[in-house]
Amino acid sequence: MSDPVSALSGASYDGFAAVREIGPLGMITLRAKAGTPGLEAAVLAATGCGLPEVRRIVRQGTRAVGWMSPDELLLVLPYADVAAALASIAGALQGQHHLAVDVSDARAVFRIEGAKADQVLRKLSPVDFDQLEPGELRRSRAAQVAAAFWADDGGFTLVCFRSVAGYVMGLLSVSARPGSEL
Amino acid sequence: MSTRLKTGGRLIDRSASVEFTFNGKRLRGCAGDTLASALLANDQMLVGRSFKYHRPRGIVASGAEEPNALVNLGQGTRLEPNQRTTTTELFDGLEARSQNHWPSLEYDVGVLNNYAARFLPGGFYYKTFIHPRAAWKHVFEPIIRHSAGLGSAPKDRDADRYEQAYGFCDLLIVGGGVAGLQAALVAGRAGARVWLIEQTAHWGGRAPVDGDVIDGMAAEVWIEAAVTELAAMDQVTLRLRCMAAGSYDHGYVLLDEKLADHTPGDGRPKHRLWRMRVGKIIAATGAIERPLSFAGNDIPGVMLAGAVRDYAVNWAVSPGDRTVVVTNNDDAYRTAIALHQAGLEVAAVIDARSIANGALPERARALGIRVETGRAIARVKGGKRVEAVEICLQAGEGAASTTLPCDAVAMSGGWSPVVHLWSHCGGKLIWDEAGAMFRPDPARPPLHEDGSAMVMAAGAANGALRDAVADADAQVRIALQALGLKAKKAQAPVHDVPAEAPLEPVWIMPQGASIALRSKMWLDFQNDVKVSDVQLAAREGYESVEHTKRYTTLGMATDQGKLSNINGLAVLADSLNAAIPQVGTTTFRPPYTPVPLGALAGEARGEIFQPLRKTPMHDWHQQNGAYFEPVGHWRRPYCFQRPGETAEQAVHREVKNTREALGLLDASTLGKIIVKGPDAGRFLDMLYTNVMSNLPIGKCRYGLMCNEQGFLSDDGVVARIDADTWLCHTTSGGADRIHAWMEDWLQCEWWDWQVYTANVTEQYAQVAVVGPNARKVLESLGGMDVSKEALPFMQWADGTLGGFPCRVYRISFSGELSYEIAVPASHGAAFWTLLHQAGAAFGAMPYGTEALHVMRAEKGFIMIGDETDGTIIPQDLGLDWAISKKKADYLGKRGQERTFLANPDRWKLVGFETLDGSVVEDGAYIPEHGVNANGQRRVQGRVTSTYQSPTLGRGIAMGLLRHGPQRMGEVVTFTKMNGGETQARVVNPVFYDKDGEKQNV
Amino acid sequence: MLILDCPYCGVRAEETELTPGGEAHLKRFGPGSDDDDFEAYMFARKNPKGVHFERWRHAYGCGKWFLAARCTATLEVFGTYPAQTAEPPADIVDKIRARRPDWTLT
Repeated sequence: MSDPVSALSGASYDGFAAVREIGPLGMITLRAKAGTPGLEAAVLAATGCGLPEVRRIVRQGTRAVGWMSPDELLLVLPYADVAAALASIAGALQGQHHLAVDVSDARAVFRIEGAKADQVLRKLSPVDFDQLEPGELRRSRAAQVAAAFWADDGGFTLVCFRSVAGYVMGLLSVSARPGSEL
Repeated sequence: MSTRLKTGGRLIDRSASVEFTFNGKRLRGCAGDTLASALLANDQMLVGRSFKYHRPRGIVASGAEEPNALVNLGQGTRLEPNQRTTTTELFDGLEARSQNHWPSLEYDVGVLNNYAARFLPGGFYYKTFIHPRAAWKHVFEPIIRHSAGLGSAPKDRDADRYEQAYGFCDLLIVGGGVAGLQAALVAGRAGARVWLIEQTAHWGGRAPVDGDVIDGMAAEVWIEAAVTELAAMDQVTLRLRCMAAGSYDHGYVLLDEKLADHTPGDGRPKHRLWRMRVGKIIAATGAIERPLSFAGNDIPGVMLAGAVRDYAVNWAVSPGDRTVVVTNNDDAYRTAIALHQAGLEVAAVIDARSIANGALPERARALGIRVETGRAIARVKGGKRVEAVEICLQAGEGAASTTLPCDAVAMSGGWSPVVHLWSHCGGKLIWDEAGAMFRPDPARPPLHEDGSAMVMAAGAANGALRDAVADADAQVRIALQALGLKAKKAQAPVHDVPAEAPLEPVWIMPQGASIALRSKMWLDFQNDVKVSDVQLAAREGYESVEHTKRYTTLGMATDQGKLSNINGLAVLADSLNAAIPQVGTTTFRPPYTPVPLGALAGEARGEIFQPLRKTPMHDWHQQNGAYFEPVGHWRRPYCFQRPGETAEQAVHREVKNTREALGLLDASTLGKIIVKGPDAGRFLDMLYTNVMSNLPIGKCRYGLMCNEQGFLSDDGVVARIDADTWLCHTTSGGADRIHAWMEDWLQCEWWDWQVYTANVTEQYAQVAVVGPNARKVLESLGGMDVSKEALPFMQWADGTLGGFPCRVYRISFSGELSYEIAVPASHGAAFWTLLHQAGAAFGAMPYGTEALHVMRAEKGFIMIGDETDGTIIPQDLGLDWAISKKKADYLGKRGQERTFLANPDRWKLVGFETLDGSVVEDGAYIPEHGVNANGQRRVQGRVTSTYQSPTLGRGIAMGLLRHGPQRMGEVVTFTKMNGGETQARVVNPVFYDKDGEKQNV
Repeated sequence: MLILDCPYCGVRAEETELTPGGEAHLKRFGPGSDDDDFEAYMFARKNPKGVHFERWRHAYGCGKWFLAARCTATLEVFGTYPAQTAEPPADIVDKIRARRPDWTLT
């Protein structure tokens, strides 16, 4: 089998902030109601992270768990570890109503870095970045498509659907063009 | 003549010369000039022509309210029509051309309209271009279109870029005059997150020009201290050249920030549109001076008194050596004093009031300036510039007593608060009798989402023309309290301005002016609306101000009546014998001044005009001759053209090759939704018209979804994955819609059912491997068993092929032996390439959506969007077999029971074979005899899909026909676009392999 | 352009992040219902000038449907609440009554 290829094969753009497509990254959509027996253990086993509060993302090294909705979590982990994680979740939640599904290939992931990285996103999302708290996972839109993002390691990580990766790369690049700092 | 003064000019830098051209003429200005001040400095009084009569037009104002001095700015890819010279900052190399004249500004043929003015009264268009009706299209409209519009529309693609950004704050303060600055200081010191914006390039507004003193300091000193303090506050954002275009519901405000208008081509975005969401808006937008209505008030050289003062003080430009000031208030005396101090002659101040003994008139008199009270201007003499004014009694009918030679007239009819941001979102106004102005009614503000006041007007915008700072201080404290913020206790700065005597409303000058004079009194300078036009409208019964506006075009020009509206409605009120507040104002609508379309489009242009969805194999398609078509936001190959091939030839080749050898289709766009849970089966039984709960694990079943009206909405194959998991395929464009549809029912109706869904459409690249050689190529890849026995028709299996993990569905949309293979999207391109390599030996070719359509039509399979249009039920399409009779309920079942849908006379799906082998035209109808109640030809059916079938070598079609299935063999007639008709026989819609033997091998 | 607080994730979402869903608290009528009931369910909508209950989905967010009480004339928002609510909750009703004393829940 070939190596997995991300949507844009790591495209990048250097403007007043640096934009980079990363990945492929392992991602699992885990749908289960809060309080489902075994949920916490399943998440811990798959990611090493505890359950996030509402609209938070918890990180542990290369793994993370984000709160997507009252009955949906996003698990982030190395691409190669997804199958094992799914198996362990299936075990931990056996007999409990839940849905765990691999969405690693359905997504594109970008890093936006630099002191003014926030300005790139301020042009695209109707989000008050002054109020975005550390560890907050915000789902919104980037111009005309759905996106989720959070601040970490001196920049932002942005997740969107794979099919629109080229569009989002275009948005980020145009927004980061030198001379257009806010 | 207008000229540059030897000294002064607080905004210009005389050491920095700037070169520009006007109508090709090379001129010089100074850094800090506006285009208007630079034109005046070069004695360019005549700058344009009016819209209707092509009258000579000069600069009237000094700011955003300018109605006349509009130019075509720049050229080619940077041409912008209707740019106001008064707000255009001068830059080196600026090119401006005047508008609305031919052949030249000085000699304009269109001015003939002027001499015919008595034949072009208000409502001229309405009255004239009615009869004969036939003339409208071929005579009137072309003429009107030719003469419409002032500037020339750009023909080239805009070379500049624009962008948008989202901003948030507690308090948005609009207007950087002393009121706005004071509001920002109080709010900033209280810790509020503040934005303070100013549309010009300078802070401070009019106060420095008027020589105001604040807290014992010259206004300029106070302003500088305020800006310095604000700039040091982290929570405060200051933006110059930023105009608040409009306020909208729930604290939404659009700002137009002009970044590079004055530095074109420097690589920055030209404009940035800020989409603000704010807690409260402080509208410190100041006031606009009103012209006075006297005969000849439109001749170049007649300007607003405040503007004359601005030009003298800010840019050291005098509009004339000898100026007459005409006024109904004390404020205009400031202009007389400023001109006198600049060493210019003031011929007289003509004051319509019988007494003028306020501080400012007295100061003017003390300087030796002649003041004439109770007087008026009877008419201005001159053509392309002012030569003299005739003076008369304001109380009289206009008999001139004196003629005063002069080359400029400074007029002031009082000031009107700029209430746009207050009014855009529903704030109401009250008529202030003393100030003769509409000002915001604090009892009826525009509302925020919590029902509280959204806007506070402050300073002159609130009607506080004199104590603006104190008023702003009070208003911002109200706003802060409403936001739950605590303002520091402090006295408002003392804004020391001389006391002023009350103005006297003057709407017509002189009061008893004859019709001859009234026909030369301009209200709207750009659209040529005069006092006589409004009076005529009133006589003809236009009592509503909104109707009068449209009838006369008063206030409908690019300046949107900033100067003309109040004067116009006062004249209307007078004509109707009504009070001004009874007549009211027209509606204030955004934008305050024009916003470029580029800024409204923002980043959405070129490659990122809209999101294009691409499959993992998109690049391969592009490199292999794909001709793309849009399917939703997806781009899918319509066909893969080879050199020398037409698209139609390519489609036929692809169909034949797939039927005879092997075709490969990128089916990744197919929607894929996982539905899981103890109640998933029950849920799918509600969603689909047939039963899905009893589908055995490992099997596939075709299903239909309807909306509650019973109309067919989507279709696709459902696979049972395990005991409580199903995978639902949707149409390519339908995945998001159907997923949302599922979630709607699960969240809002059956929220106690245990079902989870996940849209995994993009997780998989999916390839349809189709044709007699399909099995052979998969077997050559090795991996899982794809034999008939191991993987029969309408089943699926997991495994590997060529080393790729995959799920293989034995489903067919073409009628051939077919496998749909899903692999993770990250491997999609590699798997697709591998299939082509392995398939070469078996005659593999890629095929596109058109071949797919042709093959499904040959098989009589319906397509959502072709056979359906939102009014079609499955029964219309002969799909009764896919509708469960046993189920008590499913979405759409009750809707389908309605008598109209159960009517046996409904049009039903059949196939058509043309008698001559030709192709029925798209959209063709099958007419029948007679006409309906509207006199239209009656019809009995229509085509839904029509193709040339390469397999059968003839035209085939599907369509809906009344009692169709009972009319097999009958010949019907289709219409053609160009007349003529096509005869076709009614046949079974399955044209190819009726028994389905080929797909089931 | 409206802003509404999503009761699920707490985001103060602007209208572009939401999808409207029409009138709230409709009762579904399926097979066996008479024509009048079905017509009312399918087509009859209140469309009042004043207090109105509406469905909104936080589409560019947590994806959840919620309900909003809003004045269609002034656009005041009285509150939002989860879609899994059969009738307007008491606290929302109280809020509306406080600001619209003449209003009655019909």
